[in-house]
Amino acid sequence: MTDAKGTAARMEMAKKKVLKHIKVDLDKCIGCRACEMACSAFHARPRFSSTNPARSRIRVVIDEKNDMYVPIRAGDYTPAECTGRHKYTINGKEYNECSFCGVSCPSRDYFLEPDSGLPLKCDMCEEDPTLEEPWCVQVCRCDCLTFAEEEDDREDQPEKRDEMEIGLESLILKHGLDKVLDMVARMSSKG
Amino acid sequence: MRYAETGFNLEIDLSRGSIERVATDPRDTALHLGGQGTAAKILWERVGPEVDPFSPDNLLIFSTGLLHGTPVPGANRTSVDTFSPQTDRYSHSLFGGFFGPELKHAGYDKIIIRGKSPDFVYLWIHNGKVELRDATHLQGKGALDTASTIKAELKQPEAQVAAIGLAGENRVFMATIEHANSSASRGVGVIMGDKRLKAIAVRGTNDINVARPAELFGISSPMYAAIYDNPDCGDLLAHEDDEEFHVNNFAWGNARERQKGYWNEEREEKWTAVTESVRLRWTGCYNCPKDCHMAVSYPGRPPYFQKCYSKLTYAMAAYEEIEFNYDILGVTQEHGLDGFSTPQVLAFAVELYDAGILTDEDLPDFPPDGAGRFFYLVEKIVRREGIGDILANGVYHAARAIGKGAEEYDHNTMKKFEQVPLKLSMINYPYFLMYATGEKMNITQIEGSYPQVPIADPEERKAFTERWEAAPERFKEYFMEWEPRAHPTVEASINIADWNETMHYVDDAIGTCAFLSSFTGQWAGQPPYHIHNLPAFISHATGLDLDSDGLWEIARRNRNLIRAINVRRGLRRSDEKPPADHWKKRDPEMEQKLLDAYYEFKGWTNDGIPTKQTLDDLSLGYVSDDLVERGILSGDEQSGSEATVGASAE
Ligand code: SF4
Ligand code: SF4
Ligand code: SF4
Ligand code: SF4
Repeated sequence: MTDAKGTAARMEMAKKKVLKHIKVDLDKCIGCRACEMACSAFHARPRFSSTNPARSRIRVVIDEKNDMYVPIRAGDYTPAECTGRHKYTINGKEYNECSFCGVSCPSRDYFLEPDSGLPLKCDMCEEDPTLEEPWCVQVCRCDCLTFAEEEDDREDQPEKRDEMEIGLESLILKHGLDKVLDMVARMSSKG
Repeated sequence: MRYAETGFNLEIDLSRGSIERVATDPRDTALHLGGQGTAAKILWERVGPEVDPFSPDNLLIFSTGLLHGTPVPGANRTSVDTFSPQTDRYSHSLFGGFFGPELKHAGYDKIIIRGKSPDFVYLWIHNGKVELRDATHLQGKGALDTASTIKAELKQPEAQVAAIGLAGENRVFMATIEHANSSASRGVGVIMGDKRLKAIAVRGTNDINVARPAELFGISSPMYAAIYDNPDCGDLLAHEDDEEFHVNNFAWGNARERQKGYWNEEREEKWTAVTESVRLRWTGCYNCPKDCHMAVSYPGRPPYFQKCYSKLTYAMAAYEEIEFNYDILGVTQEHGLDGFSTPQVLAFAVELYDAGILTDEDLPDFPPDGAGRFFYLVEKIVRREGIGDILANGVYHAARAIGKGAEEYDHNTMKKFEQVPLKLSMINYPYFLMYATGEKMNITQIEGSYPQVPIADPEERKAFTERWEAAPERFKEYFMEWEPRAHPTVEASINIADWNETMHYVDDAIGTCAFLSSFTGQWAGQPPYHIHNLPAFISHATGLDLDSDGLWEIARRNRNLIRAINVRRGLRRSDEKPPADHWKKRDPEMEQKLLDAYYEFKGWTNDGIPTKQTLDDLSLGYVSDDLVERGILSGDEQSGSEATVGASAE
């Protein structure tokens, strides 16, 4: 999907710290939900073995009647609904859903595993070897989603959070740290 | 494990209010794939020729395509299959959007609806939870309005809804089923209304598995770019502002008059400006990178989606400008009216009025202008008020009910169904065959793989065929021999008609959009999907091992099964003729020769009935047994010659 020059440039950047972004141009979204399908398949185990937009870490909030098409990605888990629901105005239309908030929040079903209820989080499709572009971006041909890598000039690099950490955090939030530690101790003693 | 499909159908009996989840036979998938193919088998087995379309025993089947919900881009066409009161024959429609994939994620390949509800209900499918809910509060509501009301009351903004409007409720024959940015036309909404089913809402959050994931993803991923970058696929008309071809060549009014020279620069500028002012955005269907549907907001009307075929049909039928078309679509989409046939019915009524056959008594306070008359007639028809009750049965039946010479004005129906308002000069052999023998009732559902016009320059012609991966070899030869203004030979004509319809039978079983496949090779010979690459998609998704010949054979099986369904309801050679004045210059002798040759090629009798041998060779022995038992076949009929039967993909 990119040429050799692009690959070389990325390798150059990979040596430095890079920040990855997915930029969203709302006016370009055609509501096809290819991004949802692709994300769910990429994260299926074994990879690509199943599709299920309900498991996707990107969701397109669609309200046809109000011409609203808003892709959002799953950010961190929040245990409770916040009080700060925002209203947004885009192209003269007002949106008062929480559509732009990218967290896994109990106020909505997005970004919860349909079976386990555990929170889902976008991992930027990071893996070895690094993808040229995250899957959702690859299938979004109309450039509503575009991928950008920028050199990071911040001092500290936030630790990358993996799935286990996200899962554990939600368990801790749900059951309390003691209970979880207890369970881990019991399980490891059983060997 | 079943791959690509769920292996379960939902059986709904609206008379008893019962709901069952029924396992399907994987052998049917191997024989018919899915979609229209497996639906045809159910209709054959369960709806006998004696069943009146308005009987509770008629079935209304919503089918996902075999590839719905898999990673294959552009597989989202839901097939709706039933029997039509207008034609008394098999009725088939397709709609895009998101419904089919959602239904499959809910865990079902089909919804099979029988019986009739005493009061209006809607069906709510949420994975394993399925219920019939009261819909009397939705009665009279527009189709899109119904969808948003249902999503709000279920608190399920992600549910996908298919609904009828007032037209379906009142059993108008032109009624559609509307869903998101798409609609099912060709008269299936009337049966949904007859069954008192206002809507179906579905939400599915289950996995769909495929047999060979890495391989399927490997060939599917490049298709996004292949489709997006291909200028000759998708709905070309939708994005076109230059309407010269259509306004100059399609007929105006009651499918009768051509207005040559109507199009000019000034008009193009004006129309383009109007279109841009009402457009909210372009939208696509599930997992497809094209954006064929225009979201429209017209002042004073609820927002709606405009589909290719309805872009000009009302304006041209009413002799009005494009503003009128956008205005009336804001009304007819909510009512759920077919944008192809409805304008013809309205224009037919106007013409009868102008001819004095319909009078002020039939049309009290009839407005003087085209636009006013159309709005007036639409309201009469969807309510079946006065003359609207007669017009609501379509041109063919209305003409006969009105009498007084009205039949003369029914000049654009075929098998009792309104056709594309094209009036051309010289008969076209393959098109004659497609019109006459097609059973999908609209030429756009039959044509599309072979180019409509030859290329004059031999070098360009050669280059075209060299790039033409979609075509089996013999078509390259026909194309190389095809000189401008010449008819293709009889042999070429029958093969062209056969290939064109075969590709639609493929699409309609697997659920791929015709704009990416069967309808799309005719422009540049470069459809993203075709007989040579589709078998790999199907095989990797399902685990069936199919090659091009195998896929072709399944399409033939489905095609012959549908022919048998209609034959059992009375279809014969005498019905197989195009609208009377479709071509000015006809050639009756040649037409009969073409039909003879085509029937023989198809393995049908001289009366258009598949022979026992043809059916048996396609593993449709139970069909031939039934036709023999009914005396429709003797069993000894001659099949087509060995050389031609079983045309293949190579
Ligand atoms: S793939 Fe792109 S255009 Fe399609 S829904 Fe996702 S963000 Fe929108
Ligand atoms: S989704 Fe975001 S904005 Fe909405 S309630 Fe939850 S945290 Fe707050
Ligand atoms: S970047 Fe990867 S994980 Fe994140 S939403 Fe896109 S496809 Fe899903
Ligand atoms: S090609 Fe157009 S109509 Fe067909 S699935 Fe794609 S967006 Fe829908």
